[in-house]
Amino acid sequence: MHTAPQAPATVSSPLMQARALFCERDERVLFSGLDLDIHAGELVQIKGSNGSGKTTLLRILCGLNDDYEGDIHWKGEALYEQREDFFASMIYIGHRVGVNRILTPRENLRWSASLHAPADDIRIVAALGRLGLRAYEDIPCRNLSAGQTQRVALSRLLISPASLWILDEPFTTLDVQGVKNLESLLSEHVNAGGAIVLTTHHALNVTCASRALDLDTRRAAA
Amino acid sequence: MNKPVSSHAGTEISTWQAFCATLKRDLVIALKRKNDLLNPIMFFLIVVSLFPLGISPDPVELSKVSAGVVWVSALLASMLSLDNLYRADYEDGSLEQLLLSPQPLYFLVLAKNIAHWLISGLPVVVLSPLLAYMLYLPSEAYWTLVLTLLIGTPVLSLFGSIGVALTVGLGSRGLILAVIVLPLSTPVLIIGAKAVTDVMFGLPIGNHFALLGAILALALTMAPLASSAALRISVN
Repeated sequence: MHTAPQAPATVSSPLMQARALFCERDERVLFSGLDLDIHAGELVQIKGSNGSGKTTLLRILCGLNDDYEGDIHWKGEALYEQREDFFASMIYIGHRVGVNRILTPRENLRWSASLHAPADDIRIVAALGRLGLRAYEDIPCRNLSAGQTQRVALSRLLISPASLWILDEPFTTLDVQGVKNLESLLSEHVNAGGAIVLTTHHALNVTCASRALDLDTRRAAA
Repeated sequence: MNKPVSSHAGTEISTWQAFCATLKRDLVIALKRKNDLLNPIMFFLIVVSLFPLGISPDPVELSKVSAGVVWVSALLASMLSLDNLYRADYEDGSLEQLLLSPQPLYFLVLAKNIAHWLISGLPVVVLSPLLAYMLYLPSEAYWTLVLTLLIGTPVLSLFGSIGVALTVGLGSRGLILAVIVLPLSTPVLIIGAKAVTDVMFGLPIGNHFALLGAILALALTMAPLASSAALRISVN
């Protein structure tokens, strides 16, 4: 699925660069010799069957998992030397979405914002509204459906200044409208010069530069 | 919706703001979950009030053990509530968000530990004179008891945090938390209870307070670092 880049970031060094990644879990090699470049202005979709290591790869990229061999560079320098800048420029939403069930969406977003970049209440309400949660701002998240909880987590994307989004199965619980919303959000971000790495089994319909990395075919070829 | 991409000049958030927001978040969660708030206090009250029934209502007998009873109950109450510290955050993924913050993890963990102390430790300190009265602790030892608890209970939260951080990823933890946390906490229990007993016998207690203070200083500076490292391992 290759489309021409619409907002070509000058052919520069990649935002993030992974070299010779090797990871095994329970004595099973998930991937070895994996090279991945993530440039500003592109969306990289990680494909693969269940258990092929998609989530593990994302967690390695975002710095939660350090049980791997290989090098990861952020803006040309080793990731572990750039942690603070990397964490300030990256947002990760895993399949545990990081939404507290007791707090309201507004309170959840306020805390998220305080960890990364300040966002006032107007922006928080606007972000929730854009994800279709208007009038749900002050309802405890335990009363929301799974899809709505997912939307609360996705609202973080709108209040964050992060240039790199790492999303693990962001579409799973969303309804048709939610999927469309998120797709247009992804396209906007990439076209504005951001970068996205995501996993999904859903056939992506985005209007931005995108490519796919299939862990299954890599393994078959190896 | 204007969304600035890859420019966070001028939008830096300070560590202090992140610290306050995390502290406030944990306190709000505790206030909304009345059980978490009341459990440690109720547990503390129940355990202490069982002793006169189990030992003897005799004032002489009780006053001898009173300091130890209050201290042991405070320790158990703190341990009982430790699990709340990271469990829910681990399960809903908030812990991952915490670990991925550009802010120093030390201060965020410290904020969570302080919140835990405010919820489970401070009420115990406040209630202790009442229970000391119930157990016939001589009145000249009240202030010593309160002060030792005031210095000691934050240590229980800070050291306990290390144990919870190490075990939060395990499915069934059973007693492993107690096995990790108790060896770290018992010195505080020994010194705290000893200080109160010594005051009853008119002995000097300055050295006990010096030791307690030193342990608190150690816990404040080192424990959040150990907790942070343990959390990174648990989430791995």
